[in-house]
Amino acid sequence: MQISARQFDKTTILDITGDIDLANSPEIRKAVLREVREHRTPRVVMNLSKVRYIDSSGVASLVEGLKASRDLGLRFILFGLSPSAREVLQLSRLLKIFEVYDNEDQALGS
Amino acid sequence: MNPSRPTRHQDPKDDAEPRPGVPNGLLLKLELHSDPRLLCAVRGALERLTELLGLSAEQTRAVTRAVDEALTNIMRHSYLGKLDGPIEIIFSRVQRPASTGPSEGLEILVCDHGPAVDPAKLQGRHLDDIKPGGLGLHLIHQSMDSVEYRRARGTNLFRLVKYFDSVRHIPNP
Repeated sequence: MQISARQFDKTTILDITGDIDLANSPEIRKAVLREVREHRTPRVVMNLSKVRYIDSSGVASLVEGLKASRDLGLRFILFGLSPSAREVLQLSRLLKIFEVYDNEDQALGS
Repeated sequence: MNPSRPTRHQDPKDDAEPRPGVPNGLLLKLELHSDPRLLCAVRGALERLTELLGLSAEQTRAVTRAVDEALTNIMRHSYLGKLDGPIEIIFSRVQRPASTGPSEGLEILVCDHGPAVDPAKLQGRHLDDIKPGGLGLHLIHQSMDSVEYRRARGTNLFRLVKYFDSVRHIPNP
């Protein structure tokens, strides 16, 4: 799994590549919370279009990012959900909690 | 009955005569240590197995998710992050005793040697609170048709079963 960041004016896009599971979800959590709590980026966008699988520990990291963002009045956005990622959020009843878009243009235009 | 459907065999648990050439319906057996870096290897093997069985993409995702979450729970809660705890996974073909709805399925037995699990903690948490953690058991229950736990001879045994409309017949060796 790889994480890279692209920064625009008030937005950071975190591009994630590879499966997210117990082996690497702490890295996701660390990257997300650094962007939210340390950098206080107004809009953090998670590009999940190259994430084929995400487990409950990965979802927990995203929930932490969402909660931290809300606490600071920031936005936390997901886009490019694979069928597996969408299912796991639906089954966890979290799909409607997150701000989710199909692609990067929609996410940045929101 | 669909004539193209493979011949049905009794679940070996319900029948003293095991299926010829397929002892106890065994399909695949994996042994691994409780190292999270191995989770991707198990998912890969499981995807190939479900492909061989002719499962749909949705069914494959459900089974893969349940097994991955079961292993994650063992690594986190049974072995407490220790990397060398032994885990065994046994995949077998099963038949549902009462033939209402899909009757063929895949049974997955996940075994570990950690401390006994409190059955009260196996129900998963309510999802009303939006908080990280505690989703694994819920995902397992949502993804499988049957989830059972028992403790036998110092071993935790999680039995997961998923039934399908039709399972491709794998010729006997």
